[in-house]
Formats: sequence, C-alpha cells, structure tokens
Amino acid sequence: MLKTVNPLARHKARPQEQAIRTLLVACAAAAILVTVGIIASLLFESIRFFSEVPMGDFLFGTTWSPQTAMREDQVGSTGAFGIIPLLAGTFLISFIALSIATPLGIYSAVYLAEYAAPKSRAILKPSLEILAGIPTVVYGFFAALVIAPLIRDVGTSLGFDVASSSALAAGSIMGVMIIPLISSISDDAISAVPQSLKEASIGLGATKSETIRQVILPAALPGIAGGILLAASRAIGETMIVVMAAGLAANLTVNPLEAVTTVTVQIVMLLTGDQEFDSAKTLAAFALGLTLLAITLVFNIFGSWIVARNREAYD
Amino acid sequence: MTNTPIRSPLSASAVAGLKKRYRSESLYRRLGLGAICASLGFLAFLLASILQQGGGAFFKTEIRFDITAEAQMDAEGDAFILLRTTLRNSLQGANTRAARRQAYALAGADAEEQLQAILNGTQSTGATPGDPMPFSIWLSASDEVDFAVKSGLVNLMETDAQNIGQTRLTTTQLNWLAKLESDGEIRTPFNLGFLTNGDSRDAERAGLGGAIMGSLFTLMLCFVTSFFVGVMAAVYLEEFAPKNLFTAFLEVNINNLASVPSIIFGLLGLAIFLNMFGMPRSSSLVGGMVLALMTLPTVIIASRVSLQSVPPSIREAALALGATRIQAVFHHVVPLALPGMLTGAILGMARALGETAPLLMIGMVAFIADPPSSVLDPAAALPVQVFLWSDSPERAFAEKTSGAILVLILFLILMNGAAIMLRKKFEKKW
Repeated sequence: MLKTVNPLARHKARPQEQAIRTLLVACAAAAILVTVGIIASLLFESIRFFSEVPMGDFLFGTTWSPQTAMREDQVGSTGAFGIIPLLAGTFLISFIALSIATPLGIYSAVYLAEYAAPKSRAILKPSLEILAGIPTVVYGFFAALVIAPLIRDVGTSLGFDVASSSALAAGSIMGVMIIPLISSISDDAISAVPQSLKEASIGLGATKSETIRQVILPAALPGIAGGILLAASRAIGETMIVVMAAGLAANLTVNPLEAVTTVTVQIVMLLTGDQEFDSAKTLAAFALGLTLLAITLVFNIFGSWIVARNREAYD
Repeated sequence: MTNTPIRSPLSASAVAGLKKRYRSESLYRRLGLGAICASLGFLAFLLASILQQGGGAFFKTEIRFDITAEAQMDAEGDAFILLRTTLRNSLQGANTRAARRQAYALAGADAEEQLQAILNGTQSTGATPGDPMPFSIWLSASDEVDFAVKSGLVNLMETDAQNIGQTRLTTTQLNWLAKLESDGEIRTPFNLGFLTNGDSRDAERAGLGGAIMGSLFTLMLCFVTSFFVGVMAAVYLEEFAPKNLFTAFLEVNINNLASVPSIIFGLLGLAIFLNMFGMPRSSSLVGGMVLALMTLPTVIIASRVSLQSVPPSIREAALALGATRIQAVFHHVVPLALPGMLTGAILGMARALGETAPLLMIGMVAFIADPPSSVLDPAAALPVQVFLWSDSPERAFAEKTSGAILVLILFLILMNGAAIMLRKKFEKKW
C-alpha cells in the first residue's frame, strides 16, 4: 500500500535545522553586539566623565595635565582635561606620516601597476606588504632606539634644537608602516582605470609617463584620496609607535622637531598603572577613546565611500 | 627624378621635445622604482639592525671555574659561600676587599643557583652529593661580562682605551677576563633559558618562556572563539541572510568594525570584561577574548570571500539530490571553503599575535615572573614583553628586546608561511 507523500511537507525545516539557523543568526549578531558594546561602554564612561568635567572644557581646553587631578587636597586639584593639544599632536604626527607615505605609496603603486613586469610585480608587491605585517611594537622600538637619536644627532649638527622624542621620529616611522596601505589601494584605483582611456592616450602619441600623469592619475585620484583617508585613520589610531617614540607631555606646537603627545598615548598613560577606576583620570581615557573612535569612524566611512564610488564609476 | 632627402614627419622642435619627453619618461620610471626601493631598503635596514642587535640574546657567556674539594668542605653545602670562595681563589690578585668585590661581580645572578643544584645533587657531576670532589663547572657570567665578551671588548682593552668607556667593568676585571679567554675558560653557548625562563629583573635570567606561553594561551583562545563565530556569521551572511535592511546594516557594521583602532577594543575589554564581569585582570582569558573581538571582522570577511568562491553548481547539485539547505551548506559548501577560511583566520591570528595596545589596556603589562599554567593566570604576551623590556634602562635588556622581536618575527613568518602553504595546497580553480 502506497502512502501519499506531500512534497511540501519536506520543506518544513527539521527542528535541529531550525536550531542551527538560530545559531547562525546569533553568530552574525555577535558582530553587532561588539559594536554595541564598544559604543555603550565608551559612552557610559564618558557621560560619567562629563558629569565631573564640563564637555566644553574637554573639547576646547588648550591645556592637558591630568596628573594634578590625583592630588585632591591641593589648590587647582581639578586637573586640566583640554583635548586640543592632544588632537594637535595626533594630527601633526599623522600629517608627517602621510607626507612620507603618500608619495612613496603612490609612486610604488604606479610602478607596480604600470611598469613592473608580472614576474617582478609578483615579488615586489608581497615584499612591500611585509611592512604592514611587522608588529607596531617593533616599529616603536626601532623608532625610539635608532631613528629618534639619528634625527636628534643630525638636527643638532645642523644647529636645530631637537627633542629626544620628536614628532618627526614617530611620524616618519609611522609613515613607513602605512606605505603598503596607500600603495595597495592606489594600485587598485589605478588598475580600475579602463584600458580604453590608457589606449586612447597612447594612441594620441603620449608617452607612458604622460599617460600616467595626465590620464591615469587624474582618473584614479578619488580612489587614491580615499586610500589616503583610510591611511590617515590608521595613523590616528596607531598606538604603540607613539607610546614608545612620541612624547608624554602635552605640547601645543606645529614644530615637528619638538615632542608632542597623542590621544592614544594619553589613553595608555591614564590606564596603565594602579589607580581606582572611578577617578576623573581613568574616566578621561574613555572620553579620549570616544573621541578617537568618532574621528577614525568619520575618516573610515568617508574614505571607503570614496573608494567604492570610484570603483563603481568605471565598472 | 631628383633625390629628395627623407624628411622626418616631425618638425625640428618636436624632435628636440621628443628627446626631453623620453628623458622624463625614464626619470618617471626610475622614480617609481626608487619609491619601492626606498621602502624595501628601510625594511632591510630595520630587519638587519634588529638581527645584528638581537642575535646575541640567543647566546650567553659562561666562565669555567674549578671547584676544589677544600672550598666545598669550607662551604659546607652553602652555594653562596662556595661561589665566593671559588671566585676569590681562581682570580689572581683578588685579595683586597675592593678586588674581591670586583671578582664576585663577574658571576651572573643565576650562578649561585647553578652551584646549588649541583650541591643538592639534582644535577650530576659524577660525584656523589656530600662527598667533596674537585670538579669544574661552566658558570653563568654577569650581563656586563656578557656584553664585553660578545662585543670583543675583552681583548681590545689594552690597545683601544676608548672601548673601556663602553663597559662598566674595571681594568682589573677586564684583565681577568682576558686571561680567562686566552686560557679557553670562556664560552658562549646557545642560551636555552632565553626561550624557556620566565621574566626576571636580572638580565642573565630573563627569558621569553612566560611570554611565549601567554601568547600561546591567548592565541588559542582567540582562534577558537573568533574562528567559530566568524565562520558561522559568514555562512549566515552568504548562504541564508535575506536581502534586507538588517543584513545591509550588518555588512556596514562588520566593515567598520574591521577598521576600529585596536586600542578601542582594549577599552571595551576593560569596561566590559574586567569591570562589568569581573574577569581576572592580566589573564590570557581576557586577552584572548579581546583579541578575538578584534579579529572577528577579519575572519568574517575572509570567510565570506572563501564561501563566494565556491561555485553555485555545488549547492544546486546538493539541493537537487534532496539535501536541505543546511545539509547542502554544511556537507558540501563549507568543507570546500574551509581551507580559504582557515587561511584568513591564520592571517588574522598573525595580526593578533603582534598586537600590543589592547593588551596594555587590560593589564597584561605587569611584571610576571612565572609562566602561566592556565588561562586564568596573569600572563604576558610576546609583544608586551618586547614593550616591557624596551623600557628597561639596563643595557643588557636592549639585546633581549631585539632577541624577543626576532622570536616574535619568527612566529609571524611561521604563521604566514602556514597560511601561504594552505592556500597553495588547497587553492582550486573552478
């Protein structure tokens, strides 16, 4: 005797399959949970910080000296939590890094994309990527031990007054670190420029370098600019290089030969060492973290939007 | 017909301009090559200087001393006294108070332990414990001696007065060392303790054992968590997720998470894991979880790419034969994508291994002498050890720092090599 089988009944998921599906959704949602956790913990602690220190003082103050906050019985024991010198230091070091990494990265990308034979490209490109794979603590050690004394000696012999942990030392090493980031995004942007544009330019009698300068680079410029923004975000959030090679004291200056401190350095300084968790000093680290997150997020979103739009433009 | 000279289609000015253009062409090409060479040159400079500075950390200086039977009788089993007697007797002219102190300073901080081990009979000399017999032993030298021997200062000291300025050893000590070296009583064998010992304030004793264990615990935990969650999330996004606002938000979220500065993850770990859940500070448990959160986006992105590369015909064939979607995915698609996922995960782990900043936030920066025995113990990690030693004012630790960096880079090379091999072996062109 034959049993009639309803073919639609097979479509109903078995209970264990339903469980697996739920697990999958939960794992995917974990990524959101991380984001929520980051934002919630930073916001929560920052709000507690701003209840002690007015937000205006934090955002627009020009002195940063959290150490005084620990001596409660002293005059002026509130401490100064003005973020401006930290931001200035962060941007100064990032600017130095970018002004080293941008030309080197773009020219490397041009060479790799347009000049290098496939064989040498297959060797050169991964070798360049090694620079991004070296732990930042190694760069930091190298900057503090080799580059900073070198810059100081050269500067002193030229008659400049150079701090022992100058912004230039930290910035230039950071620049080396982000070369591969800029070069690989620039490489993609250059490769995305349609062949027809290049051929038209060559056909009109332009040399290769003229084609690159007058056709390819302008066409790839948005993509490259997006890459620079992403690199800037990396530089702003970088911690170990600056902790080991940049200064500790907040210093509002644009002179690359002086020591400046950065947002990340101060977060580390505030949170390493023993202190009770509720002091304004430790809470300040979370406010700095929130600021850092906001800045890097803006750079990232803007940068990846430009990169994506540029890629689509030629698809 | 007259013979007209063949004329170039270009005017004279254009020909001259052409030369200039060709020159700028080759200049431009060289500029590109120069940029790459500058970057790679820096890389070579960095690696070479670390190698040159850190190579010595893998070797340690030892001096051979003869331990006489009388000295053992006098010491009555006390290694401290025995060591001092031996040093005093072996080194010529160590009879004044000041000279004796200089003699004692040659021995490393762990020399006494070496002797004690022999006196206790835990390390065999061929003699039965308690029965004094003359024997000779290679004793660890102090870090100053180590530096002087490795940089060849011992033999230079008479001729090159400037070199004496580089060492804190006195002329008397250098004379002793020169004599010992010419007698063949100094050797620099491989320093196994550098890889197995825990951290120490004494440079002679300090090793990476604790840091390597800590990194191992941290990375294993990080791998287990982030690989499982990451692969599951990628499977959901690639195979099951409906195209809706939630999925789009998830994707944007993951991409942004991948570029959040690592120190922010450290703050997250501090606020949530330590302060809210009260997990043990400085432990590799918290370190591993923070690093797992950090590598999660990387693993998800790599796993998705790997899943995308599996052709739809595989899924369709499975579904056509009556498999459910879960069966099609987990029996057919995921196994094929697994090597690619694993490659991505290993690369993510390599990044996590070198990460320092988030670990500083959760207190994995303390001085910890004993290697951790579980994930709950306070631990250091390799990059953190580099950071800690680089801060030390003692010169001997500069060598140790570079040595630790070499070990770290070795692990990175191994992991990246494994990822590349995996990719080569299982890469499929569909």
